[in-house]
Amino acid sequence: MTNPSHAEHQMQMKRQSSGRLMIFGFLSPSLVILLFMVLYPFLSLVYYSFYNFSALRQGAMKPVGLGNYRFLLSDTQLWERFIFTGKFVFICVALQMLIGIFVGYQLQKNFRGRDVVFTLLMMPMMLSPIVVGFLWRYMLNSEWGIVNFLLSSVGLPKIDWLGQANAALWAAAAADTWMWTPFIILLATAAFRGIPETIHEAAEVDGASPAYKFFRITLPISAPVLFIALILRLIDSFKQYDLFIALTGGGPGSSTETVSFAVAKTAFSYFYTGEASALAVILLVIIIGLSMILVRHLTHISQRF
Amino acid sequence: MAEIELRKLTIEFGAFKAVDDVSLTVKNGEFVVYLGPSGCGKTTTLRCIAGLTRATSGDVLFDGQRVNDLTASQRNIAMVFQFVSLYPHMTIRENIVFPLKARGVPSAEITRKLDWVTGIFKLGDELRRYPSALPPGARQKVALARALIRDPAVLLLDEPLSAIDEQFREEMRWELGHLQRQLGVTTIYVTHDQREAMSLADRIVLMNNGNIVQVSTPNDMFFEPVDIFAGQFIGSPSMNLIELAPVVGGLRLGTSNAVLTPQNHAVPEWAVASRRPLRLGIRPHNVHLVDSDIPGFDIPVDSVFGIGREKFFTFTIADTICQGVDQRSRPDGTSGKVRFDPAGLLFFDAETGRRVTGETVL
Repeated sequence: MTNPSHAEHQMQMKRQSSGRLMIFGFLSPSLVILLFMVLYPFLSLVYYSFYNFSALRQGAMKPVGLGNYRFLLSDTQLWERFIFTGKFVFICVALQMLIGIFVGYQLQKNFRGRDVVFTLLMMPMMLSPIVVGFLWRYMLNSEWGIVNFLLSSVGLPKIDWLGQANAALWAAAAADTWMWTPFIILLATAAFRGIPETIHEAAEVDGASPAYKFFRITLPISAPVLFIALILRLIDSFKQYDLFIALTGGGPGSSTETVSFAVAKTAFSYFYTGEASALAVILLVIIIGLSMILVRHLTHISQRF
Repeated sequence: MAEIELRKLTIEFGAFKAVDDVSLTVKNGEFVVYLGPSGCGKTTTLRCIAGLTRATSGDVLFDGQRVNDLTASQRNIAMVFQFVSLYPHMTIRENIVFPLKARGVPSAEITRKLDWVTGIFKLGDELRRYPSALPPGARQKVALARALIRDPAVLLLDEPLSAIDEQFREEMRWELGHLQRQLGVTTIYVTHDQREAMSLADRIVLMNNGNIVQVSTPNDMFFEPVDIFAGQFIGSPSMNLIELAPVVGGLRLGTSNAVLTPQNHAVPEWAVASRRPLRLGIRPHNVHLVDSDIPGFDIPVDSVFGIGREKFFTFTIADTICQGVDQRSRPDGTSGKVRFDPAGLLFFDAETGRRVTGETVL
């Protein structure tokens, strides 16, 4: 036996390593699931993207190098999918942020029935996108939908909302905005209410008009939270797929197909598994790149606080 | 700069009267300190002057103009809050110039004013930093700079030093008083700290339960309190309060055998002759423990203790613990005699708590 402090040290080491083992033990079930559900599909996704491969014909796998990527990036049809997705994302995020911040600002004040209004406003967010899609599909039906009924009742012409490419874009954006603005309202209200009352009073005493106060005090202080909301909505609407399945089915033609929609169609309608994998990788790279830029900006703006 | 007048100001929150029929005029350039315990209505009064709280009835006047219906931003007031109210997302520079920017002051003027105010507060090195990087004391300095940069009609300070470390507080207090006299801006300062009030104020407004108890200079507040509350709120350690029982030719201290008479303590004749029960108020610094061979009362002394250079002693009269200053030449246990300084005797009506003097006695 060496000196006691050494023995103690060894004991401590043992305790520490057994603690580490325990942590690993507890983590392992979820780690295993994570490995199988995320890492394995991801790696095989990247792997398949370099092959001419169809899931229907497992045997015929031909390495094509960057062939799938080259083909996809020169495909004008696919560029249209990207342009449509971009338009959709831009309209949705812009509308949701503007309306969400405005309504959130009204809801930060205390008034009678505020909680009831708040709860009602949160409802659309609780629904499944598929349900929202069908709901809006029925409301926008050109023959018997309530929207056209209301339009014609005030003497306006009926619009074939889901039968024209442009109108369908706006219809989808409206449905997405209806569903997800409450999310922005939720975060914006929380952010606005988190600002200490003395800050508002100080600004009031300092002679700031309500608009000046909103743009120079309220909005900048809430910026980090609003920015997180923006990032989440951006990523989410970029991936939007199920809403279109229910609302437009990608039509008319393929004019309302998002990139995700195209991935699903390539993979599970045409079973061009290799090509679909390459497209999914492209989508992933875009989303990760976008998030990284935004997260870096977020760190930058929240550093001062 | 302006003269501030409160006319019959009452502020209610539901059934609670925070401020009850208060009238007061603060002269141009005066430094007035509102003093009182928590919940006495001092901060509510200040917020009403600022325009952040509405008066239930009564008027607030700036230079004779009624301002009740003006918002805080229309009143040209500056305010420093108890807890930090700097804009966290702005640099110190942006914070300080905010009131000028909000009012659309030209940028040349802003630069000139910024130089002036940063010079006063020695904030030149901090301008590019953010509030979170500064210690609390420096933050309040920035808040003061922001308040003063625009020549306010009145400077309102709501316990501005209470969140600052003791050591730095003394320094800030001195600087604040100095600055106010230099600039001559009408200042209303709210605090519950009597030392701040005593050292800063031209006049102290002592409040309790929504009412003004006394308005006077710090000196008068200390030596001529209008009632028991004023006497006990001002001064540290607190004023002793002893029941007096009339006996033939004098006033006995509680149930002790010590009797104050016109002969031994210059007790005024009216006090001996008073038909109303009286209480004696005397500050610890006017009660002395003296050597046994000097004339005084034989009252048992409970304890003797020192706080730095000062030595105090305590004694009990009718269940009330009293304090005094140990002035014995040979400190020796608790032996000695208790002497009351005749100049420090204050008499209060035992029922109403009001101060009784030769002129007011019935």
